[in-house]
Amino acid sequence: MGESPAPVNVRLVNVTKQFAEVRAVDNLSLDIRAGEFLSLLGPSGCGKTTTLRMLGGFEEPSTGSIFFGEKDVTGLPPYRRDVNTVFQSYALFPHLSVGDNIAFGLRRQGVSKADAAQRVGEMLELVDLAGLSARRPAALSGGQQQRVALARALVNRPTLLLLDEPMSALDAKLRKHMQIELKRIQSQVGITFLYVTHDQEEALTMSDRIVVMNQGRIEGLGTPREVYERPQTDFVASFLGASNLLPGILGSATQGYYDVEVTGGHRLRVAAANVAEGLTASSAVQVGVRPEKIHLVPSARAEEAGTNCLRGVVRVATFSGVGNQYLILSPDGRDFTVYAQNIGDALAPRTGDEVEMRWPVEHTFVVRPSGTMTNEGE
Amino acid sequence: MSGSGTSGVTRLRRRAVPYLLALPAAVWLVGLFLVPLLVMLVKSLETCSPMTGACTMSWHWGEFGSQLSMFHKQMLTSLKFAGIATAIDLLLAFPIAYWIAFYGGRRKNFFLLMLLVPFFVSFVIRTVIWEFLLSNDGIVLTTLRNVHVVSTDFHILGTSTAVIAGLAYNFLPFTALPIYVALERIDRRLLDASQDLYASRITTFTRVILPLCIPGIFAAFLLTFIPAFGDYVNQQVLGGIGNTMIGTVIQNTFLINLDYAGGSALSAILMVISLVGILLYGRLIGSATIGEFL
Repeated sequence: MGESPAPVNVRLVNVTKQFAEVRAVDNLSLDIRAGEFLSLLGPSGCGKTTTLRMLGGFEEPSTGSIFFGEKDVTGLPPYRRDVNTVFQSYALFPHLSVGDNIAFGLRRQGVSKADAAQRVGEMLELVDLAGLSARRPAALSGGQQQRVALARALVNRPTLLLLDEPMSALDAKLRKHMQIELKRIQSQVGITFLYVTHDQEEALTMSDRIVVMNQGRIEGLGTPREVYERPQTDFVASFLGASNLLPGILGSATQGYYDVEVTGGHRLRVAAANVAEGLTASSAVQVGVRPEKIHLVPSARAEEAGTNCLRGVVRVATFSGVGNQYLILSPDGRDFTVYAQNIGDALAPRTGDEVEMRWPVEHTFVVRPSGTMTNEGE
Repeated sequence: MSGSGTSGVTRLRRRAVPYLLALPAAVWLVGLFLVPLLVMLVKSLETCSPMTGACTMSWHWGEFGSQLSMFHKQMLTSLKFAGIATAIDLLLAFPIAYWIAFYGGRRKNFFLLMLLVPFFVSFVIRTVIWEFLLSNDGIVLTTLRNVHVVSTDFHILGTSTAVIAGLAYNFLPFTALPIYVALERIDRRLLDASQDLYASRITTFTRVILPLCIPGIFAAFLLTFIPAFGDYVNQQVLGGIGNTMIGTVIQNTFLINLDYAGGSALSAILMVISLVGILLYGRLIGSATIGEFL
């Protein structure tokens, strides 16, 4: 795909956006690495779209700065930024043909008609829409419109491509297909993608890194695996996938492990690497484990080293084809969710059975209360 | 098919409902609009006695030609006045409609109402008030004369300027509303998209906003030009000798000369000219869009 400008990092430095009464983005700092696929994930109203709009130039930060490489773009209008956007509803120009839609940005930048036509042709090829150049957007399906929106943005070879929930209007099957397509196109063009979504699966499948946002702040940042396996806050632990979280007090470190005193008198062991940053001994924390990491064993079985265990009674057992989902009631009255894959286990527990929940210490994590992340994203 | 008796009746009833609902409107349209139109066209082929006004069918097609040769000057005057007034209205209405559509915020409806309030007063009364305003001893000219902006023998009333001003004033809402609707319908995200694709505000206006409201502008043009073209009130109240418009001629032909054939022929000519405008619209912009703005 032609020569792209030298990729540069995009940095948000202490960016805050205050609307009349709402602080949509709260002192956010983030480095977007050149060429990466970064997702901003969070519930609606978490500030992810405002962040995207500030990067695009549609909103100006109340305080803080945005840099493209060394260049401060904070006050620049959208048309003077090297950024393009794929809008949620595509926002294709209804009075222009597909080809003219894609050529719009090039023509405004002074690219000649002939050169623009050639690049439009290449783009249509890339997004698999060759031959549809003369159509009007209204004559295309939702998936095709989305490809046009993508082509219209990509053809300008921006420093940063912003994607604002571009899949939300597609049906589930098409969405899956487009996820793969998008990833292919991204690796082909090598442009930095910032993908805004509230769909965690989308974020996990496509991203190089994920930023989890809540209430205008970054709650977690890292590769999909890091963010999933070692969530930093209770918000991330329960927003991204599901987690069983127990309140407790962090003990002191011994040989790379911490003990957490859980309310109810139990003690759970956790690897130091899985303890959220910035926590010290005797802080109030939550200790967690993902439902799929827990094994259910008959309660009489001998203890194993390197595992945490808790007793409980099966309250609900649900069969879902690929697996079983259990609700286990612990003696201190807490419900645990457990997923077990359906591997034909004849000993699968039934409602009312006494069981022991066991999970490896490595899969135990300790999170901070939400909203306390202060360090800036690397 | 079993039970087709009852379901057949039901189906029939269901099919009849839309027609029944349309019946009152259809009767109204046919009785009060189509029939008079046909009567008018028939009348234009009759010969009428100037003394009694009684007409007899004579298939006199020459009426069209003779009326046109008698009154083509007034016809041209009307075209000119209506054209200038429409141009003024488009230039005035666009910024107003643009401002309300894009900056009206929550008060859009209030501003639209403000635009319309003067038009709750009868057309004739409004025009007569303009006569008061523009008359030689009216407030406008008296003030201007007192501060020596205009000479003592300056007058507006009776001139073409007064007629055009009256037309422009009276038809302004017909221009503003379709343009407003067209602007209001533009998806604001398209403006974001345009700026995102390196179009400045001005380029966004010329490349996105303007093309998208062309149908509205054309609807505004028709809704202003056609009634202004046939108008007779403004010219009679504000105009004078030498700027007679075709509307006045038609009115006089009917009501003073009692020449129903001639008046009908003139009306038919007027209608044809207006129809040509609408057909042009259909050709240029596509007939599908016209209904959305009228």
